[in-house]
Amino acid sequence: MSLDLPLVWAGLIAFAVLAYVLLDGFDLGVGILFPFVQGETNRDEMMNSVAPVWDGNETWLVLGGGGLFAVFPLAYAIIMPALYAPIIAMLLGLVLRGVAFEFRWKTRRGKFLWDWAFAAGSTIAAFAQGIALGALVQGIPVSGRAYAGGWWDWLTPFSLITGIAVVVGYALLGSTWLIFKTEGRVRDAAFAFARITAIATLGLIVVVSVWTPFLSDIFMRRWFAWPQILFVAPVPALVALAAFMLISGLIQRNERRPFLAALALFVLCFVGLLISFFPYLVPTSVTIWEAAAPDSSLQFLLTGAAVLIPLILVYTAYSYWVFRGKVNSAGGYH
Amino acid sequence: MELTDPLTLARLQFAFTVSFHIVFPAISIGLASYLAVLEGLWLLTGRAVFMDLFNYWKKIFAIAFGMGVVSGIVMSYQFGTNWSVFSDKAGPVIGPLMGYEVLSAFFLEAGFLGVMLFGLKRVGPRLHFMATLMVALGTFMSAFWILSVNSWMQTPAGYGVNDVGQFVPLDWWAVIFNPSFPFRLVHMLLAAYLTTAFIVGGTGALHLLRDATQPASRIMFSMAMWMAALVAPLQIVAGDLHGLNTLEHQPAKIAAMEGHFDTRAGAPLLLFGLPNMQEERTNYAVEIPKLGSLILTRDWNGTVRGLKEWPPAERPNAALLFWSFRVMVGIGVTMALVGLWSLALRARGRLFATPLLFKALVLLSPSGLIAVVAGWITTEAGRQPYTVYGLLTTVDSASSVQAAAVGASLLAFAVVYFLVFGAGVFYMLRLMRAPPHASEGDLPPDEPVRAGGLLPAPILVPGGGRGRTQRNSGP
Repeated sequence: MSLDLPLVWAGLIAFAVLAYVLLDGFDLGVGILFPFVQGETNRDEMMNSVAPVWDGNETWLVLGGGGLFAVFPLAYAIIMPALYAPIIAMLLGLVLRGVAFEFRWKTRRGKFLWDWAFAAGSTIAAFAQGIALGALVQGIPVSGRAYAGGWWDWLTPFSLITGIAVVVGYALLGSTWLIFKTEGRVRDAAFAFARITAIATLGLIVVVSVWTPFLSDIFMRRWFAWPQILFVAPVPALVALAAFMLISGLIQRNERRPFLAALALFVLCFVGLLISFFPYLVPTSVTIWEAAAPDSSLQFLLTGAAVLIPLILVYTAYSYWVFRGKVNSAGGYH
Repeated sequence: MELTDPLTLARLQFAFTVSFHIVFPAISIGLASYLAVLEGLWLLTGRAVFMDLFNYWKKIFAIAFGMGVVSGIVMSYQFGTNWSVFSDKAGPVIGPLMGYEVLSAFFLEAGFLGVMLFGLKRVGPRLHFMATLMVALGTFMSAFWILSVNSWMQTPAGYGVNDVGQFVPLDWWAVIFNPSFPFRLVHMLLAAYLTTAFIVGGTGALHLLRDATQPASRIMFSMAMWMAALVAPLQIVAGDLHGLNTLEHQPAKIAAMEGHFDTRAGAPLLLFGLPNMQEERTNYAVEIPKLGSLILTRDWNGTVRGLKEWPPAERPNAALLFWSFRVMVGIGVTMALVGLWSLALRARGRLFATPLLFKALVLLSPSGLIAVVAGWITTEAGRQPYTVYGLLTTVDSASSVQAAAVGASLLAFAVVYFLVFGAGVFYMLRLMRAPPHASEGDLPPDEPVRAGGLLPAPILVPGGGRGRTQRNSGP
């Protein structure tokens, strides 16, 4: 039996991207919420809640991007120039916030600067990712083997909405994470943020979901044609369930359920995207199989991935286990 | 070369980001091995001073490593944004190699880095030493894969071309171990070790100038001087072999490096000159007769090809290469001479009694970094006008992105990089300015504990000093 290698790799890269969104989503969210929390010890506590794990989280982005280059070079070569400005903005945002984790502790005089870099970098990175997503969903003009549009094409009302949606959604992940990981004033503030961002996120999910099918006939048929509708209907139904869990968890001041429900919302939105996109990597012009490198390239890298990705997962799970429980401002876990 | 030309801007952007980037891996490759040696010596001898040195350099390593990682992420996306045609065509061959870099090296480093930085008390010395070795192995693997990619672009092998014009792998062994790879790998690793040795030696010398009796500073200075004495001459041999390999595969690059425009037997070695690409001659040349032929062909009267053998469009820029090459070689020779000088002083028992040597080391401490950047300029600019040598031109590799986009992003990179990496280098220098002391702190107590990963570096002014007092004076 021969494996459909492009499909296997598409699944692996989709997994890496989802892992990235879920994991870096909450730590970017903590950065987005930073300016809304006053008091140095409160901010220390927020940062300490993600400090042990954020860098591992971000590694999934490198794996997603690097994987795309290695396995689907055509898609990489089309998407990157099309999303030129948002990608560069995202990278610079990630650089700023990444070094802020370290430099913030090196200086007392300049600490506010790195606080600012952390918040601005996180927000810019999230907004740029949302815009990139929106621009990808609305379609990228392709001619031959290259991007055929201009360098502002990514900027549309739709991509601005998805940009805002990702910022708000990450803020929801961040605030529910803080509910889960902190106590006292930070947790109380996080409950307030979570109530606002939960309602805003759900509203934006509805707007984007209703808008998307009108962007392309393919999306429209995928979601509303008979009998496919039977297969895709569970997605919106599960979204409604996750929304209920989120809201009820927040009302009952449950400290774990809101985070899990917010993660579930992101997983479902991601599944919804996959349903819209499949089998395209660049909607709606390049499919998984058209973009794939030869099987020898895919096979070569898959050998390593099959060994190393499980190891990475074990290591990641272990580091979350080590740092389980509530955090305090001095960095201790208890 | 116009500044409104998107290709020029894209090349400038790549040159800028890669030059910034290479500095940090060069330090972290060298320091990772140095840390492993220090911890090994500590385990062997049980002398606390080795652990003090380990803890001292560990903090500096963490900053360099972190900055290497963030600047490296940018590189991996820049292939797509600015060089999309290259990515499409070369992706099937070099993409998987870079994928292996991400998978193996990145995760090896990231996984064990946390243990190395925070874990001595938690996991015990043996396991901790293994983590340190793994971090060193990770930096080596990282260099291995990236240099394999770079070498393939210089001396492509093991590939075919498919019907849509992509390079496709036919023989992975030939791809990875392409003709220039072993030479480049050895040359770069030795460069990283030497760079680190001079940073370590310069730091030790700085403290010995104030007090020549400090044991920790004496040890690092002495170790660095052994490296200069042994590795710098080795590097000259490795560089010479690398040059012969380049002569075989990229003779135009050698002609540009040597400032030779005319093919001739018994070619001189130019010590000074100003190559002029338009006039096709090297002006104001100061030369040693026949030595160029001897070095390149091992024969006083050997024939050395000049740039005129190639059409003007295929010539790398000799005005740049001639000088970048001389800067690199000049620094390498200086390092070897300093190494010999230290041997002579050591033999007479005056290694720690010669302030002039300390001063020279302080002055030379960043020289390795300059040599590394100059060397990379030589090999990369010398590959022009191609990205994949002889097969894919730079002009045909670029994305069709407007100049304004590339220019604006170049400006943004420049601003953010100078700010961020400027601050990082400042924090590193502040750590090096304080001497290592007995029972050098393992970790500052008031910083968060990290599980590890890409940037898990808690750093503070060692030895209490200013940083600690300031911190305690806070609310």
